[in-house]
Amino acid sequence: MNGNPIIEGFIEAIELIVTLNPQVVEITIRSLYISLTATFVATLIALPIGALIYFYEFRGKRAVVSTLQTLYALPTVIVGLLVFLFLSNIGPFGFLRLLYTPGGMIVAQTILIIPLLMGLTVAALSGIDRDKRYTITALGASRLQTVMTIIAEARFAVMAGVLLGFGRAIAEVGTVMIVGGNIRGATRVLTTAIALNTSMANYSLSIALGIILLGVALGVNIVLSLVQRR
Amino acid sequence: MAIIEAHDIKKSYGNLEVLHDVDLSVREGEILGLIGPSGSGKSTLLRILDLIEPANEGELSVFGIDTIADRGSWLDLRRRMGMLFQRPIVFNASVYDNVAMGLRYRRAPRDDIDRKVKDALEAVGLSRYIKSRATDLSGGEQQRVALSRVLVTDPEILFLDEPTANLDPTSTATIEAIVTRLNREANMTVVISTHDLAQGQRLAHRVGVMLEGMIAQTGASREIFHEPKDRRIARFVGVQNIVPGRVVSRSDGLTVVEARGKQILSTTPPPADEVEMIVRGEDISLHRREPGHEEAENLFPATVTAIEPTAPFVNVTVHCGCDLVALVTARRAETLGLREGIEVWVSLQAKAVHLIPQAEGGKLTDTG
Repeated sequence: MNGNPIIEGFIEAIELIVTLNPQVVEITIRSLYISLTATFVATLIALPIGALIYFYEFRGKRAVVSTLQTLYALPTVIVGLLVFLFLSNIGPFGFLRLLYTPGGMIVAQTILIIPLLMGLTVAALSGIDRDKRYTITALGASRLQTVMTIIAEARFAVMAGVLLGFGRAIAEVGTVMIVGGNIRGATRVLTTAIALNTSMANYSLSIALGIILLGVALGVNIVLSLVQRR
Repeated sequence: MAIIEAHDIKKSYGNLEVLHDVDLSVREGEILGLIGPSGSGKSTLLRILDLIEPANEGELSVFGIDTIADRGSWLDLRRRMGMLFQRPIVFNASVYDNVAMGLRYRRAPRDDIDRKVKDALEAVGLSRYIKSRATDLSGGEQQRVALSRVLVTDPEILFLDEPTANLDPTSTATIEAIVTRLNREANMTVVISTHDLAQGQRLAHRVGVMLEGMIAQTGASREIFHEPKDRRIARFVGVQNIVPGRVVSRSDGLTVVEARGKQILSTTPPPADEVEMIVRGEDISLHRREPGHEEAENLFPATVTAIEPTAPFVNVTVHCGCDLVALVTARRAETLGLREGIEVWVSLQAKAVHLIPQAEGGKLTDTG
């Protein structure tokens, strides 16, 4: 074989995907499992807190919101480092033995996207304009009914935030590399596998996993645009 | 009996004082029109009366209940009122769910809701959209959804905040007809704010003029339009002629005012020595020859100096010492053969000349 290694890699990559290569399938499923779980847990935590931040007036509210917005761009390796320290044997949660396990990776990604989900929840609720809130009050809603109506009205914007969070989780490499350790058959996910195989000149596998990752990102975007159109 | 009684209502947002000492009483079963320019505080006042937000100061009783003393009553009181806003507001749900909102908040029985929602949509001609997403409708249709959403809750007082400002004539007519009918048949009290003077006149039994965060004058619309209390109100209600003059004498129920050497008669008792004459353009008649049996007390020759068409009328400026603007129908202007420079006769009834005290030193004050 003396063709272009990139083109050959591409052809082999398609082959790997089409034949459902066990390694490719396993890594993909693990990636989806870890990031979906992290998004789910982060949603459970971030949505109620985001709603509380929006509905309650307190001192320093603006500071909280701008801190959250700053944390949208939290470097993944910083989160990885912090979670690593906390979960390692010298850290306070070392006894949980989560380091280098999918559980630890879920924790890291959850922490990574919580600020994003909280911030976007606040933004989604703030998107309900003043006149709509007046209308809800004027229609005779109690305080609780007002809150429920506003949340229901913001549902699509909130959902868009959740999808963005998932997109950030599945595409990041910093925390899963540090906390997961990229252990074959245990904690290797799409992004870490691409990094490793590329450095080993194993291009076809990298390209195959890259296509899948792009496909997931594309899928998220399609769903996102469907949601935002409503 | 007053269903709403407001005294010395003040409201500020930050440093911006939007309402200064508003006094207003609304009678049960009337349609009260609040007219005033944009930014005069009409919307804020309506929100305060509907108990959507509290005033900073002042007294407010609604349905005879002191709302300042009894904050716990607000939700119950609010559920006896309804408000329609200027911008059509619909929620991202079906038309049916939109209209049902108020009833669901009140925990009405399901079949009650179903019947009322269907009836209400029938009344505004939107039955065919019952399952559509409300945000897909046009602005006028959305406003009709918003109106039905208010009406299904059977409010005893209905607030309308410039409800037709952005609407096409058909939707405007539908909404006006419904409001008038509900007032007549269900004795619903209505407070409607508008910057459309014609709408205020058309719908309201009584009009309040709101200027710069205060109620400047209330009264029958005829009174507001013909006898404004001060210059600002006169300007706002579209009086073309505000002519300064001096009271010369008063006898036989007629006040003689001299303006630029010309004497004009008015039935208004002199409010001060220095006055301003308020004359609506449509009260000034123009003639080619001296009218023989004209019953107008003021009759004098003048020269046409400007003609400005504002279909279907024509604004004709005539000079007779002072300048006066007469509002003439386009047809009459044609019949008279009006053109710049010709001589005409002006007739003006004394009762069409309203006098207000002249504002002192250029500063406009209300000494009414």
